Amino acid sequence: MSVSTVATWVVVIGGLLLLCKPVGIYLYRVFTFQPTLLDRPMKPLENVIFRVLHVTRESNMSAVEYGVAFVLTNMVWGIMAYTLLRIQGILPFNPEHFGNLNARLSFNTAASFVTNTNWQAYSGENTMSYFSQFAVLQFLQFVTPASGAAAGLAFVRGLSGRKLGNFFVDLTLVLTRVLLPLAVIFGLGFVALGVPDTLAPYLHVHTLAGQTQVVPRGPIAGWEAIEHLGQNGGGFTNANSANPLENPSALTNILQSIAMGLVPVAFFYMFGLFTGKKRLAWTLIAVAGTLFFVMLAMIYFPEAAGNPIINALGLSGHANMVGKEVRFGMGGTSIFETSTMAFTTGSVASAHDSFLPIPSMAFFLGMFLNMVFGGKGVGLLNMLMFVILTIFLMGLMVGRTPEFLGKKIEAKEVSLTAVAFLLHPLLILVGSALAVATPAGIAGVFNPGPHGLSEILYGFTSAAANNGSAMAGLGASLPFYEIALGIVVILGRYASIMAMLLVGESLLRKKAVPQTSGTMRTDTPLFWGILLGSIVILNALTFFPIMALGPLAEHYLLMAHHLFT
Amino acid sequence: MATSAMEQPKSDTVARLREILYDTFVKLNPQIMLHNPVMFVVEVGTVVTLWLTLTAHNASSREYDGLVTAILFITVVFATFAEAYAESRGRAQAEFLRRSRASARARLLKSDGSWDWVEGETLRHGMRIRIEAGDTVAGDGVVLEGVAAMDESAITGESASVIKAPGDSVTGGTVLLSDQLVVEITTDPGETFLDRMIALVEGAARQKTPNEIALSALLGVLTLIFVLVVVTLGPIARYYGAHTVDTTTLVALLVCLIPTTIGALLSAIGIAGMNRVAKINVVAKSGRAVEASGDIDTLILDKTGTITIGNRMATEFLPVPGVTVKTLAEASWMASLADTTPEGRSVVELAESILQEESLREPVGEAVPFSAHTRMSGIDLIDGRRIRKGAVDAIVHLVDQPPPALRETADGVARDGSTPLAVAIDHQALGIIRLKDIVKSGLKERFAEFRAMGIRTVMATGDNRITAQVIAAEAGVDDVLAEVNPEGKLALIQQEQGEGKLVAMTGDGTNDAPALAQADVGLAMNIGTMAAKEAGNMVDLESNPTKLLDVIEVGKQLLITRGALTTFSIANDVAKYFAIVPAMFASVPILRGLSALNIMGLKTPHGAILSALIFNALIIPALIPFAVKGVRYRPQSADRLLLRNIFNWGFLGVIIPFIGIWGIDRVLGLFGLA
Repeated sequence: MSVSTVATWVVVIGGLLLLCKPVGIYLYRVFTFQPTLLDRPMKPLENVIFRVLHVTRESNMSAVEYGVAFVLTNMVWGIMAYTLLRIQGILPFNPEHFGNLNARLSFNTAASFVTNTNWQAYSGENTMSYFSQFAVLQFLQFVTPASGAAAGLAFVRGLSGRKLGNFFVDLTLVLTRVLLPLAVIFGLGFVALGVPDTLAPYLHVHTLAGQTQVVPRGPIAGWEAIEHLGQNGGGFTNANSANPLENPSALTNILQSIAMGLVPVAFFYMFGLFTGKKRLAWTLIAVAGTLFFVMLAMIYFPEAAGNPIINALGLSGHANMVGKEVRFGMGGTSIFETSTMAFTTGSVASAHDSFLPIPSMAFFLGMFLNMVFGGKGVGLLNMLMFVILTIFLMGLMVGRTPEFLGKKIEAKEVSLTAVAFLLHPLLILVGSALAVATPAGIAGVFNPGPHGLSEILYGFTSAAANNGSAMAGLGASLPFYEIALGIVVILGRYASIMAMLLVGESLLRKKAVPQTSGTMRTDTPLFWGILLGSIVILNALTFFPIMALGPLAEHYLLMAHHLFT
Repeated sequence: MATSAMEQPKSDTVARLREILYDTFVKLNPQIMLHNPVMFVVEVGTVVTLWLTLTAHNASSREYDGLVTAILFITVVFATFAEAYAESRGRAQAEFLRRSRASARARLLKSDGSWDWVEGETLRHGMRIRIEAGDTVAGDGVVLEGVAAMDESAITGESASVIKAPGDSVTGGTVLLSDQLVVEITTDPGETFLDRMIALVEGAARQKTPNEIALSALLGVLTLIFVLVVVTLGPIARYYGAHTVDTTTLVALLVCLIPTTIGALLSAIGIAGMNRVAKINVVAKSGRAVEASGDIDTLILDKTGTITIGNRMATEFLPVPGVTVKTLAEASWMASLADTTPEGRSVVELAESILQEESLREPVGEAVPFSAHTRMSGIDLIDGRRIRKGAVDAIVHLVDQPPPALRETADGVARDGSTPLAVAIDHQALGIIRLKDIVKSGLKERFAEFRAMGIRTVMATGDNRITAQVIAAEAGVDDVLAEVNPEGKLALIQQEQGEGKLVAMTGDGTNDAPALAQADVGLAMNIGTMAAKEAGNMVDLESNPTKLLDVIEVGKQLLITRGALTTFSIANDVAKYFAIVPAMFASVPILRGLSALNIMGLKTPHGAILSALIFNALIIPALIPFAVKGVRYRPQSADRLLLRNIFNWGFLGVIIPFIGIWGIDRVLGLFGLA
């Protein structure tokens, strides 16, 4: 490992660890309505919004009301986005004169952005007007992560014995107190580091070779800020953060990696403050952190060792630099890709399609788990889902009805949690099976052998996990995928959140049991091990067969120096 | 419990076996099987592979399909056998008792003292019966008169006979060995221990407890996930060609993955748990109560007598100035020789341990028995000396000039929570005997264990503060409430419950009934009043209040066993994947690299799949003993318990199947099947 690799990792991981406590405390104060620094500028604005919405900071909703508000609000945004994309041609800020999007692509894009997935079946610089980029897509990049965070907040409140809160209040506060201020800071940072932010038309430049080249640009810096802060991941351009105008240097690469993890990690700490169990929060951070390191190692080491077939030919240096940006190097690329898969952002700084099989399994791992910190709020929700399942499975072995935070976990909670757990593999496996079994699905496969299958699996996994990154090479713009993936992103987003909200409410209603030495402790190294073990086993049992057919099979073919011609 | 069954004639054992087998096959009925989704899936899988066997195109695939079908069928049979076996263990005894009761007739006492033979079923609460040596007791009741030896082996499985004296309870189905008793019947037909036990054992199979329901739900969803994994694997594998995997192998994989181990043993665990409660002679009115006892946070002991051996024992001689310990001991010894009460005997024993036995001469004289009027007892020696021991006040009245030290010593003893007994010769006071309540042996250690498990013990007693506090301190009880009336006990329970705690309590009096009903687990004593027994959700036939501790252990063991087998079941799947996944794709050239996953070195693909299936089936009967007896349990803190069980069932649950499947594959190899 080079010095720059180590330095990059230390800055990103160390930065996230250092920031999680102060940011967590800040989040806790904001969402328990205690005074913070931003009260003075933001409170008047919020008060206006609350007055219009007929809510107050003290308003409350039941789990069903909260969930319905969440889904309906998202639906309105989705319809809005769909409509605006369909009539893009007649809207302003369109210097390149892009036309209307067709119905399928508009549906796919609206569904994908409204669910915080940001799967892109189009390339931004050739399809979207500036208006669509900032008024439609960037708007969604603010509000959809905010609504996911709100759902996570409601669940955390339920667990900590508070009322769930009001969706609209939470949504507003996430925007005014978290995303907007942070986006301003990061956006200005990116501008300072050379990311363009303009409404001027694309540049037409004459190259040294004497030809004319079009350089797409636009309001990119602000986009980059919220793209990463909100774990959105949709690129302004098709190349996403591999494009030098989106992510020009090793420094912006580090900043984007930190931006992705900043709020999700702090959310874990905030959970500890809400429940009064900071040790529990650190235990969960340690579990997610361990998985983060596993992913980082799975990505970095095989890539740094290079492709065995090419190495055997003695053709290049060792590292597998295909599809990677030299300005980030292997260290910067691996930390960015680990972050984007762990925090379910889905932006990419390299081509996921050209990674070796073992690193691509790390990508899958991040999306299967969806809780290696995950998106803010939603990642914590998924982590707590595994915590509840683990406590129920293992907790019986201490001879008591399993309980979490003093609340007994009984048939209702277990069933809802198990259903939430079931949904993820359901969407991935059924979606992939449909794609393989139908000619329409198979038509999208351009690579022979296991890699082609991996691409299908990746598409559905990314959609179900609301990650949004793609292993290019799949014909994602085929009607089959536009529609199927559009449906998967919607189900993947709302069904499990709804189930977990009901779990949160059900736990809230229960009387807390005092903790004794007979209670299974959830803040010990032992629990760290048990939780980690059961997360790995439960997911391995679910996804091992498809991993064997995809990346694992490819790995063994690679080891056998098998070539596809 | 097993003892009585084993003591039955051999033909009964055969009949019982036949009954188990009959039940095993009756339970294969899909409609009955439907209540166990995990095993239902296996049954459906069996039908699918059977159909494939019958329609197979060539001999080799017919053989493979046939073998898979056979193993699947055996897996289902093992599951139904486990349930039938657990049920029969309880029922064997219940049937045995039912027969013995059916034949039992009772000698119903009439008001004039004569008796008539009546049928056992006609006995009602409040009737009095006479039992003579050789009679089988026809119903539950309380001894009014007589002392006799009773053979209770039919219920307890203990062959040693038990002495019954007035106040003791007798249980229907037991046999009187000697003498005769007059018994007042305390239960109506249908409410006896026997009836309740039958209801419990038979009800356990039908009524699921809350935790069982939750676990079943989770197992159902896990099964659904594996159905999903396997059903989608077929189409996804077709990516590599139409014949990548065959259906038989997919069914085999599915059955290996779904939690069949716990699915097969879940109801057996529940039934066996209820049996264990019955075995310690506690009648639980519902499985829910037994399960709840595992969650108890606070244990309320209703009186000092609960934790003491019940009799005060002499522990010290305290002479007044001028009198030696020896003199006092000798006088006490002589005064107590004729005293047959436990207190009297304890004075004799203490004195003999202090005095040289050779120096003791049997006194000659006339014993003076204790009377409520004098509150003294003693002996009038032939030399004219009169030795008396008794209540301090009575002795003070007796002697001429009571030394002030006598009163002071007595008060000091009382302050320590003991009872002072004064001794005098003629009109001279000699000193005080200290009588002390003794805590039952082993209880202190037990309370300490329970403390480690997080259970707080509180003694709520009507006794005076000093006595209560001394006993509580000696027993290591966490908290004590003295001079509490029944309303106070009720309030205490409500207060604890208000803090979210689960409370267990014991009681026997009618005035305990509200508290027993309020407690989450209320253990009533069989000798107690009907009201108490109705209010509690368990009755201890031996009327031993500390039995609650055993019930708590059974409750915990029940949950631990379920958790352990669930964890084991899921942990097992890891090895099965390593056996089956490389094997199932072995016929596809491009996937041949996956054979690197065959870390067990299994010889052939079909052999690997069969080995995993056979292991999956065999593990069920192998774990029946754990399901029926419960996983070994020692009271300790949750963290230590978890660590040990995670190692035993989680870690070893991953390792053992690797060894097992490898071993089975070797054995199959010997028969040319692998």
